[in-house]
Amino acid sequence: MEYILNPWPWYISGPLIALVMALLLYFEKTFGMSSNLKTMCAIGGAGKFSDFFKFNWKEQSWNLVVVLGAIIGGFIAVHYLSNDSITDLNPKTVTELKSMGFENSGAALVPNELYDFEALISLKNLLILIIGGLLVGFGTRYADGCTSGHAISGLSSLQKPSLIAVIGFFIGGLIMANLIFPLIFK
Amino acid sequence: MKFLKFLLIGIFFGIVLVKSEAVSWYRIYEMFRFQSFHMYGIIGTAIACGIIFLQISKKGIIKSNKGADIFVPKKERGFKKYIIGGTIFGLGWALIGACPGPLYILFGTGVYSIIIVIAAAILGTFIYGVIKHKLPH
Repeated sequence: MEYILNPWPWYISGPLIALVMALLLYFEKTFGMSSNLKTMCAIGGAGKFSDFFKFNWKEQSWNLVVVLGAIIGGFIAVHYLSNDSITDLNPKTVTELKSMGFENSGAALVPNELYDFEALISLKNLLILIIGGLLVGFGTRYADGCTSGHAISGLSSLQKPSLIAVIGFFIGGLIMANLIFPLIFK
Repeated sequence: MKFLKFLLIGIFFGIVLVKSEAVSWYRIYEMFRFQSFHMYGIIGTAIACGIIFLQISKKGIIKSNKGADIFVPKKERGFKKYIIGGTIFGLGWALIGACPGPLYILFGTGVYSIIIVIAAAILGTFIYGVIKHKLPH
């Protein structure tokens, strides 16, 4: 039981993510979590504004069920399959984050400095969440996929477009974490 | 119930991503600062196992539940949209510490303010759909 309650090592987690992709392919579906954002646009009537959203979203409803499952999975994992162990971060990361105003690094999944309801009173924090979300939603559709679609499905099937997209993911991520973070969190 | 299997796959996916700490904002920051091997190990082993699975199924050893060939649909050729779109995605991924899958999973773990990020991501997707024809692809 201790093995389940403790955080899982990478060499167990990686193959299990590949299993998720394999199961979906077995049921003749594709692993790609960002398509749900497009589906939700279509359900909300975005087809009135762009042909991009004119498709039969009912065919995509299986993917919304995966999303519902993922939410339930997240609930089960924190409430029944976890102990109070802290994320084993590099001490250097912890020191760095502390200097940018993040305390208790790794105690939760996300920093309460950004995600607590109290943090949302600050316009700056609210803008960070909104801009971050906009970038993710816009970028993933522009690049035609996210981490699951390109990094896992795309690279596993040896596709060049996915390699280019993943290089893009890292260019953006490295710029944000290394150059922009010190400017935002002083 | 044909949707039950997808619900179960989703639940499994959510559990794996929490237990692997791939939904941790801190792990994403650490990855982009090259301060830990953890995320690279997860992504690397996932791709390695994915390649093995797809190569085996290519030989026709594994078939889908309906007996058809297993394959990942081909992405269309291109460069600009993948590199520009990818970079924009990466900026957001590092900032909020979550990509689309973890957005939903984090909601399940009780990070309810993530709903703001999800709403913004849906809006971002909408904006892309509206101005798509004006962008380089």
